[in-house]
Parts: sequence; structure tokens; C-alpha cells
Amino acid sequence: MKRNDFSFREGLLCSLVLLGVMLLCVCLGSVSVPLADTVTAIWNSVFGLPIPEGVSKSIILSVRLPRVLCVALSGAALSLCGAAMQGLLRNPLADGSTLGVSAGASLGAVVALAFGVTVPGLPYAGTMGMAMLFAFGSLMLILFLAYGLDRSLATHSIILIGVIFSMFASSLMSLVISFAGEKIKSITFWTMGSLSGSNYTYALILLTGLVTCGGVILFHARELNAFAVGEENALHVGVNVKRVKLTLLISISILIGVCVSVGGTIAFVGLVTPHAARLIVGPNHRRLLPASLFSGAIFLLLADLAARVVLRPIELSIGVVTSLVGAVAFVLIFARTRKGGA
Amino acid sequence: MLQAQNVTVRYGDKTAVDSVSFSLEPGQWLMLAGPNGAGKSTLIGAVAQSVAYEGRVLLDGKDMSALRSAQRARQMAVLSQRNAAQYGYTVEEIVQLGRYAYRRGFLGREPDADRQGIERALALTGLQEYRRRSILDLSGGEMQRVFLAQVFAQDPNILLLDEPANHLDLPYQQHIFGLIREWVSQPGKAVLSVVHDLSLAKKYGTHALLMHRGRCVAQGETDAVLTRENLRQVYEMDVYAWMRGLLSQWRDNSEEFGVRS
Repeated sequence: MKRNDFSFREGLLCSLVLLGVMLLCVCLGSVSVPLADTVTAIWNSVFGLPIPEGVSKSIILSVRLPRVLCVALSGAALSLCGAAMQGLLRNPLADGSTLGVSAGASLGAVVALAFGVTVPGLPYAGTMGMAMLFAFGSLMLILFLAYGLDRSLATHSIILIGVIFSMFASSLMSLVISFAGEKIKSITFWTMGSLSGSNYTYALILLTGLVTCGGVILFHARELNAFAVGEENALHVGVNVKRVKLTLLISISILIGVCVSVGGTIAFVGLVTPHAARLIVGPNHRRLLPASLFSGAIFLLLADLAARVVLRPIELSIGVVTSLVGAVAFVLIFARTRKGGA
Repeated sequence: MLQAQNVTVRYGDKTAVDSVSFSLEPGQWLMLAGPNGAGKSTLIGAVAQSVAYEGRVLLDGKDMSALRSAQRARQMAVLSQRNAAQYGYTVEEIVQLGRYAYRRGFLGREPDADRQGIERALALTGLQEYRRRSILDLSGGEMQRVFLAQVFAQDPNILLLDEPANHLDLPYQQHIFGLIREWVSQPGKAVLSVVHDLSLAKKYGTHALLMHRGRCVAQGETDAVLTRENLRQVYEMDVYAWMRGLLSQWRDNSEEFGVRS
């Protein structure tokens, strides 16, 4: 019988695979580190033991591990948001960019980078704060406009306004960039998505976002099922449609804002991995959401690994890799969905 | 058990439903009839709380707009014609959604009552063998049966139907209406429905409410409402003569067949 919930065994299996991929990503890079050294360094530092001589401590603990953590958390968060949005808006093409939140967050970050918005003593806090602020502001604006269009907060009005808002935000971004002068390179790199400057603070911020907002999303799996079948149907079976939609949209936009502020716009993760997960576990969100969480993390880790390794020592932007792989994967999945039905 | 008092729905300047009142008692199947644009579906939408309205809708004396969504869903279920699948949920998963209003807590396991409700609904609609099928593989008629099963699993006392058998082949129409008639014969159940086909309204309805341009023209027992005179007034044509004409064509045909065989 097809199970309703994500079983403990499945969770354990996914966790083990994720852990394996994470270790692999810490080991490989422009300089490869032996697996034993990696495990020793992480184990000993977690339990406060001295790290033996000869182990590349700084590469493992200061560069690779925080980055791997950030990548895994971002991937999980973006994928979870994509899965939730595809269910909520009943649209298999929905993700952060459809709602306009990614574009809003990017605009905030670009403004911060171009005009040098900083918080003294906290590097990157300016960019991060502005991205989160703009993500939330965009959502509020989109909801306000959609509400003005029709009082029931109908899904299609939200998508329509989101797409229009994305275009608007992109043009504003171009405008800001044209005034940015010599900062143009860092801005461009950032808009393509990059997690190269990760540190443990970022990882902690992502983890906090994922536990709180992601938790809210995971708790709404049943409601998402109802929405995915149809908004009207959701109302009729007893879902408090407006409240649930608002709660989910706010959680999703905060989480996307956090991800964008840390890693820039990383395209296609939120779009492709939930699709892939749906092919394996089916559309039931009680299984789909956890599956998307894991597959998003694994997919982004592998994409980041490819970005670091394929053309080493040159490092590609992670967004370039996800877009390249994602676009092809998306076409394949879409073709299969059309044929077989998923 | 269900009362609508002066329900009015406006879309901008247009009044779609104009101060309509009615009441629905256990055992009744109230048919909303009238030509296109009479406001039947809008009235159902208002009662289902999916359309904003003025006036009051009372459920067992309580104002429906004050009820929580889940409370309402335990009392009243809605089957509409607009059910298009997007994702490949299984038949069983769709029927399970009917139990949403009965869930306890976020992580609560499925109680036995839920299991029984789902099984009974699947059995009633003859869908037991379809339970693992993806709804994307179903025909329009089978799909409508799945959503009827969802509505039965919801175990309401009042069922609202918005042209449930529209676009369906005759055997499916007959099947769906037969199932609903069986359902409403249980104690304490009632149905409010929009049906375009007047002969269906006459066959299955116990009561009828005839609407025209948002207003109620007549209401009461089906035979007293769907009279030749009332229908002529609302449809601006002799509906009786037209229908009889249609039927006579059939009779001629069958006689023709009879002669040949």
C-alpha cells in the first residue's frame, strides 16, 4: 500500500545519503582532502578534541564545511519553498521567481551592494537585511495589489501580479546596476548566485529560517494537498483558505528572502527538485515535502561541487550550474509528466 | 435545518441574486431551476460561503458566516462541476481529503472513524477497485464519482450540488443522481442543487425554487413550482410543448424500430 507519511526508514536513508554527499563535497575541490582527514577534523572539532598535525584544518573547517552546510540548507529551503508553492498555487511552474519574491529580494540586495548599505561591525548584514526586507515588502505589495484586484485572494491574481512584479523589479535592478560603477562585477556575480563566501553565521541564519518557516510549511502538508486539488475544493472540505494561504505565503517569502540574501538568486532548484521528488514519491505533500527537502539539498550540493571542480581552478557560479542542469532536467521531467502523468 | 434570509449578491453594479429566501428541511431535495444567468450557481456559492453576500444564511439557527471552516465542512459539503486534476493523486487520497475537517492536531494519526468513512464512501460509489488509480487517468464521469465519494466521506447533513452531472453521459448522470437519492433517503440529510435539466429536477427533486434574473419567482413542492405557466414566464417559451416534442420524436423512433424488428 502506498504510505501516507514519510517513514522513519525513508528519512534515515535520505539522511545517510545526504551525509555521504556532504562529506564528499567537503573532501573534493580545487585541493582534494582525504576522507579520513575530513572525518577526523570534523569529529574532533565537534567534541573539542585537538586536531592532529598535517590535517588541512583551515580548508576543511573554515572554508569547505561552512560552505557545504550553507549549500545544503539553501538547497533544502529553496526546494521546500518550490514544492509548497507548486501545491499552494496549484501550478507546477511555480517557485520563488513566479511569486516575485526572489526578484524583490534580489532588488534589495543589489540596492545594498550598489549603494554600500552596511551595518557597522557586521559584514554582509546590510545586503542580508535589505534582501529580507525587500522580500517581505514585495510579498506585502503583491498581496495588497492582488487583494485590490479581487477580494478573495485568488491564486491566478497572485501569480499574475507576481510575474508583473518580477519584471518591474528586474528593470529597477538594471537601473540600479547602471549607476553602480565599479561595483558592477560583484553585483553581477552575486545575481548569478554564489555561496563561496559562506561562514557559520550564514549557516546558522539559514538553519533558523529552515527550522521555523520550513517547520510551518511542513505542518501544512494536508492543507497543501487540498490546495493542490483545487482551492474551491479546499474551502469545501473545511480548510481556512485565507488564513492558511497567508501563513504559507509569508513563511515561503521569509525563507526565500533568507536564501537569496545568503546565496543570491539560485535558479531552478525550487522548480526542478520538487518535480523530480514528485515522480518518485507521488504528489501527496506529507511525503513530497520531506522528499523535496532532501533532494533539494543533495541536488544543490552536487551542483556546487560541479561548480568548484569541473573547470578548476576556475570556480563557476552555482546559479550557472543549476540553470544548465535544471533547464535540461526540467524539459525531461516535463516531457515525462505530459506522457505518463505525475 | 438550513435557512437563507434575503440573500443578495452583487458584482459591482450588477445584482446577481436579489433578496432570495428559502429553507431546507431534512429529507428534502430542493432544486434551483431557471435559465442561464438566473443566479442559481451564485446562490449556491453564497450558501457555500465561497461568494460574498448580504443577508443571512443560518445552519440550525446559527449564522453560517460565523462558523469556523472545519465546523461548516462537517455539516455541509459541496460538489461542483469544476474539478480538474493537476497532480496525480490517487482516488483514495482525494477521498481522504473529505475527512480533513475531522482531523485532530497537526500530526494526529488517522482515526478509525476516518478509515471507516473512507471505506464506506468508496463502497457507496463503487470505487474500491479504483483506489490506487491516479485521478489523471480517469474519465470525466469517473472523476465526478471520486469527488462524490469525497463528499460522502465528509459525512455532512447537507449536500450542495452545482450541476454535478453536467457534461456527463446519460448512464453516469443516472448513476450519480441515483447515488445521491439513496444518500438523501437516510435520516437527517438534505440536498440543495442546481440542475439545468428540468426533467431531472422533476424526477429527483422534492421541492423546487424557480429563479429569474436573480429573483425567486416561485418556490414550494416541485410539481407546484415547475408548472407550464411558471416555466413559460421564466424561460419565455413553452417548455412543456418543447419537451413533449422532444419525447415524441423518441416515441416515433422506437415505434419505427418496433415495426422493423
